[in-house]
Amino acid sequence: MVAARFERSHRAPHARALGLRFSLLAGLSILLLVVDHRDNHLDTVRKAIGATVYPLRVVVDAPVSAWRWISETTTSRSDLQSDNDRLNIERLLTRARLQQFAALEAENSRLLAMLDATKRVRNQVRVAKIMSVSSDPFRHVLVIDKGSRDGVYDGQAMIDDRGVVGQIVKTGLLSSQGILISDPDHALHVELNRNGLRTVALGTGKHDLLNLPFLTNNADIEVDDLLVTSGLGGAFPAGYPVAIVTLVIRNPQEPFAEVTARPIAALNQVRELMLIWNDAGDSDKEAIQDE
Amino acid sequence: MSSDSASRRLPVLLCIVASLMLTIAPAPDWAEAYRPDWVPLTLIYWSMLLPRTYSVGWAWVIGLIVDVAQGTLFGQHALALVLIIYIAVKFHLQIRVFPMLQMTATVFALIALYQFILFWINGVAGINAPAATYWGPVVTSTLIWPLLSMVFGGIRYSTRGRS
Repeated sequence: MVAARFERSHRAPHARALGLRFSLLAGLSILLLVVDHRDNHLDTVRKAIGATVYPLRVVVDAPVSAWRWISETTTSRSDLQSDNDRLNIERLLTRARLQQFAALEAENSRLLAMLDATKRVRNQVRVAKIMSVSSDPFRHVLVIDKGSRDGVYDGQAMIDDRGVVGQIVKTGLLSSQGILISDPDHALHVELNRNGLRTVALGTGKHDLLNLPFLTNNADIEVDDLLVTSGLGGAFPAGYPVAIVTLVIRNPQEPFAEVTARPIAALNQVRELMLIWNDAGDSDKEAIQDE
Repeated sequence: MSSDSASRRLPVLLCIVASLMLTIAPAPDWAEAYRPDWVPLTLIYWSMLLPRTYSVGWAWVIGLIVDVAQGTLFGQHALALVLIIYIAVKFHLQIRVFPMLQMTATVFALIALYQFILFWINGVAGINAPAATYWGPVVTSTLIWPLLSMVFGGIRYSTRGRS
C-alpha cells in the first residue's frame, strides 16, 4: 500500500515516461526486426545473449541427461553382454563392407581421373549432442552442443546414421542453432539416385514430409525412389541419402506433378547427430562451372 | 526500502528465470502447440504488482532473450512483450483489483494480442502457418493463469512475511 500511495503522488511524470519508453523500445524492436530480416548484422549481439541462455539450457537439460546417466550405469551385465555381442557382429559386417568400399573408392577415383573430373574428397565427421529443440511448432530449429570453438561454421551439414538432418544456421561460441530439412524455410538441392534427375526438396513444417514442387508431369520419378544430396550449392556434400518418394500425382491440367517424400533421417527422434566438414566445397564450385 | 529490495527482488528474478526455463524445456511434439506462454504470464503478474520496478524495459530485455533462445526473428518477442507489458503497467491500478474471473479475461486478451503480434510479424517475414494453431497457447495460458497467480501470490506473501 505504501508503494501504491508513492506511485499515485508521482503518477503523472511516471505515466508520461512510460509512454515515451514504450514507443522508444517498440521502435527499437521494429528496427531490430527489419535489420535482422534483411541480413545478419546482429550475429555478435545474438552470440552475446546466447551465452546468457546457455547455462539455462544446461540446467533444463540436466534431469534428462541425469536420467540417461542413471539408466546407463545401472544396466545389467547380461544386457551389456548382449549389447556387446550385437555390436561386435555389426562391426564385423561393417568392416567386411568397408573392404569392398575401399576397393570401390579406388576404382571410382581411377575412373574419375580417366574422365578428368575433380576428385571426391572424403569428409571429416564429428558427433554432436542435441541440447534442445525449438518450442515454436512452425520452426524446426534445434540447438547442438558444438560451437565455433569446435570449428562449426554457418551452413555446415548435419546428418544422423541414416541420412541428412539439416544444416547449421547460427554459430555460437559453445552451441549452435541448426535448421531441419523439414523446416518450412529450408530448401535442399537433391537428385534421384536412380537416374540423376535433379530437383529441390522443400520443408513443409511436418517432420515426415518434404515437398518437391518443381517436377514436370513427364518427369521420370516413381514412388519409393531414393533422393540423395546433389552436392550443388556447396552446403551439403554429394551422395548422402535424404528422402524416399512417397507420393506422385500427375495431373494433366497442372504444369507440375504433385510429389512428396519422407525424410530418411528420424528428424524428431535424433538425440545425437554428426557434423560434416565439407572440404569439397571448392571442387563442387568447379564442377558447377564445368557443366 | 532499498535495504530489503534485494531480498524482494530475488524471488521475482527466480520466477522470471523459471519461466524462461519452462519456455525452452523439451516437450513431446503434440504438446509443443499447447505450451503456455510462461514468460508473458510471469511478466504480466509482476509488472502489474510492481510497475515501478518491472516495466517495459525488463520486458524488452527478456523478450530479446526469448528471441535468441527460440531462434525467432530478433525483436519479435521483444516487441510483443513490450506492448502487452505497456498495457498491463498502464492499467495496473484497475487490473489488480479485478476479481479473478475478470482478471483472467484480461489476461486472455493480453495473451491473444501477444500471439497476434507474433503471428503478424511471422506473416510479414514470410513464415506462414495456419492462424488457428496460434490459439493453443492462448487457451492453455488463460487456463493456467488462476493457478499461476495463486503460486505467485504465495511467493509474494512468504517474502513479505520474512522481511
